[in-house]
Amino acid sequence: MKIFKIILLNLLILSASLGATLKEDSAKLLTKSFKTKEKAIVELTSKYSKDEKLEFLFQKLLKGELYYTKSDKTIVYVKQKVEDNYQTIDIFTNEDLKLSSKYDFKKIKINNKLRSIIKSSLAKINLFSSNEDTRFKSAKNLLTNLDIKNEELINEVLATEKSSKVKEVLEETSTALIAKFKIGQEQKEAIKKLGDYLSPKSLEVLTEISTTNEDEEIVKLAKTSLASIETNRSFYSFLEQAFFGLSMGSVLLLAAIGLAVTFGVMKVINMAHGELIMIGAYTTYALQQIMPNLIEYSIIVAIPAAFIVSGLVGIAIERLVIRHLYGRPLETLLATFGISLVLQQIVRTVFSPLNQEVKTPEWMSGALEINSALSLTYNRLYIIIFSIIVFLFVLYILNKTSLGLKVRAVSQNREIARAMGIKASWIDAITFGLGSGIAGVAGVALSQLTNVGPNLGQAYIVDSFMVVVFGGVGNLWGTLIAAFTLGEFNKFLEPVAGAVLAKVIILVFIILFIQKRPRGLFPQKGRDAQD
Amino acid sequence: MKRFTKALAASALLSLTISAATAAETIKVGVLHSLSGTMAISETTLKDTVLMLIEEQNKKGGVLGKKLEPVVVDPASNWPLFAEKMRGLLTKDKVDVTFGCWTSVSRKSVLPVVEELNGLLFYPVQYEGEESSKNVFYTGAAPNQQAIPAVDYLINEMGVKRFVLAGTDYVYPRTTNKVLESYLKTKGVAAEDIMINYTPFGHSDWQSIVSDIKKFGSAGKKTAVVSTINGDANVPFYKELGNQGISSSDIPVVAFSVGEEELSGLDTKPLVGHLAAWNYFQSAESKANAQFIKTWKEYIKDNKRVTNDPMEATYIGFKMWVKAVEKAGTTDVSKVTDAMVGISVPNLTGGTATMLKNHHLTKPVLIGEIQEDGQFETVWETEGEVAGDAWSDFLPGSKDLISDWTKPVNCGNYNTVTKKCIGAK
Repeated sequence: MKIFKIILLNLLILSASLGATLKEDSAKLLTKSFKTKEKAIVELTSKYSKDEKLEFLFQKLLKGELYYTKSDKTIVYVKQKVEDNYQTIDIFTNEDLKLSSKYDFKKIKINNKLRSIIKSSLAKINLFSSNEDTRFKSAKNLLTNLDIKNEELINEVLATEKSSKVKEVLEETSTALIAKFKIGQEQKEAIKKLGDYLSPKSLEVLTEISTTNEDEEIVKLAKTSLASIETNRSFYSFLEQAFFGLSMGSVLLLAAIGLAVTFGVMKVINMAHGELIMIGAYTTYALQQIMPNLIEYSIIVAIPAAFIVSGLVGIAIERLVIRHLYGRPLETLLATFGISLVLQQIVRTVFSPLNQEVKTPEWMSGALEINSALSLTYNRLYIIIFSIIVFLFVLYILNKTSLGLKVRAVSQNREIARAMGIKASWIDAITFGLGSGIAGVAGVALSQLTNVGPNLGQAYIVDSFMVVVFGGVGNLWGTLIAAFTLGEFNKFLEPVAGAVLAKVIILVFIILFIQKRPRGLFPQKGRDAQD
Repeated sequence: MKRFTKALAASALLSLTISAATAAETIKVGVLHSLSGTMAISETTLKDTVLMLIEEQNKKGGVLGKKLEPVVVDPASNWPLFAEKMRGLLTKDKVDVTFGCWTSVSRKSVLPVVEELNGLLFYPVQYEGEESSKNVFYTGAAPNQQAIPAVDYLINEMGVKRFVLAGTDYVYPRTTNKVLESYLKTKGVAAEDIMINYTPFGHSDWQSIVSDIKKFGSAGKKTAVVSTINGDANVPFYKELGNQGISSSDIPVVAFSVGEEELSGLDTKPLVGHLAAWNYFQSAESKANAQFIKTWKEYIKDNKRVTNDPMEATYIGFKMWVKAVEKAGTTDVSKVTDAMVGISVPNLTGGTATMLKNHHLTKPVLIGEIQEDGQFETVWETEGEVAGDAWSDFLPGSKDLISDWTKPVNCGNYNTVTKKCIGAK
């Protein structure tokens, strides 16, 4: 009984001293030198890898939320920032500390090297996480940092892992490890098997073997596997390029579709089209400022909001300026160009000439990983889908609604349409508003891809006209096909010719094409095509 | 009676000084920064910085007992207009000194005018070198004060073996990359380990290029991107990097044109850990810097505004000019130019900036990592200040050239081998 007591007491002391030492050892992190910190982190990992507290500490450190108090060097993490004051929690005692000025704390800073060390030590811990995504990321980390020391760990996890996604990465890691570090039959098998995987790491391991190994048979095996990976990867890289082209096409389509309505249907050369896009993007920014806690939904709300704001601005432009200039294209061009400058300067005065930060919601960042050789970025994916929806929406309005019927009637023959009782001037305003609203919606999408600044619109105005003219003025389907053709064309040219030359080639191509077919890909036919 | 004459004399003296004070002209300071157009985003800040410095100096009583009077013109991001406005400043407004320009092409456009009319220009932005003018003081970094140390850091501290040199297609990136390419080759980096890529201004579709970088970086050697991408194109570039899953620990990007101001218009989450090389960061811990930031925020009446490297360069240039004018006792351009060489003022990072014979400065080089709050965390810095070199030692054409604007050389492109001054080309 006494012995039992002693053991118990000893255990207690041991656990207490362990806790104390993690706390004590972490004090080594409180230094300015990154080298010392690196040592401390490696030491902590080797000593306390089973301690949950360490994982928590590392996660906070990685996020940059770990601070220490200047007065008594307590390590804390920030729970809440209230203006210049921090509400912190003691990381070891979980005690809520008093709200105190941010100048009382010092951040424990890390750099890139430390970040990757922490990530790889977290990876080992996280392999047992209950979250599939976390496990997947950890497995990926193990694959990129191949280390024979992890072999046992990987085999242990493989035995129990259920998710096929994680399993595949771990299997690849294990195979790569064998191929790299083992010898004999085992290695040969692994090299053969590695040819079925696609990740750059397998490629790297195989390249290394094929260039450094002295055994001819192994080199030959490695080369066969390499060739198989290369063929697969080149297929996927072709798919990837096609996706890039689609994505660029969708941006062109979004930018051009509003113009297809105002320029294509109404024949108004609207140089302020780009600025209407910009206004849409600024609407997104303003909305995010109004609802800072609902970033995830801000983009969805911004779509109708931008449509209304840009649409109203468009209607105002039409009523105040363009209405007086129908049938005088040169004057319209100059007037709208003037309007575009005015709008830019207004935005500069109201919002400042600096770019504004539009946040990307969580669901739009990152990539959909199909396999190690092909991943599609979410923002681009959503924008492709969105552009198609917008296109169908405009198509529906113009072709299936009574408004669309009136719009087409007015654009075909104004006098007869009026004789039929259509209020032509009202229809003009609505059509222009529709085109402008669509431009605003494009601005919402573009705010996720590029800078939101006063010059946003200028970058897209030339492209928009190019697409509409290439597709054939007045033909919505032409715009769709032109946008995607130009997108694909550009993206397949880019790797060969470079970004600058690709742009030049496309412009030259369009100039030549317009020489041959002045009315674009799909010219309007029939009687009304003549004017 | 005696007292009366005394009083009379005193009042006469007083009225004399008053009339002298009103008759004394102000010293005119030209400010040549774009306030509209594409470059307004960067240059407006520098205009405000100069105005702030002038206001501060005037509170101290001006220079040589005269008040400073700013003459602000707007060249509207239009390069030929820069030359016209400069001519106007020198002939019509008769300014004594001008602070201005941002892009290299605007400087090149202004250069002949400044030289022809013997003006004085302070140029506050990092540039590609390969230029020296008697009438221009370059207070930004030369390539050996930014690009070369940054690459050294990548090679020595991060063990980088493969380099992507990505830039916007104009004179600064092209020249800098040329310098870097030949420097990397002297460091033993093979030609196939260097990938050079140029994109147009304002490029926004980075998908293919980022994917190429990803492929280039997966060859098993540590890879880094050295970015001279300018202005607006940076945001979509970093966004695409983040979306394609390239983090700073996989392939770090070192940028030469991304500062605090650029980051303030940006969702910084995907950028954390990427690097920038500058001679100043807002986060620099020095008293002078704390004071500068405070004055700036008060002047601009916005607590969120940040400071950046070209602002520090403007600050140093301004302080130097004031000191040189006081030393020369006049604002005469030739005399001030002579007085400038050798002048030292404290910089904002806790060191000293000295004007060299080649009209460049000594500067410390800092490498910073981007933090989530849009500030930089200095991870590496040079031991002391690095002397700016106008002519790169790594280009065959300029290896033997030096610039020395003091007697007896007095030449912007003196060839040390043939002992001849090439002179104006």
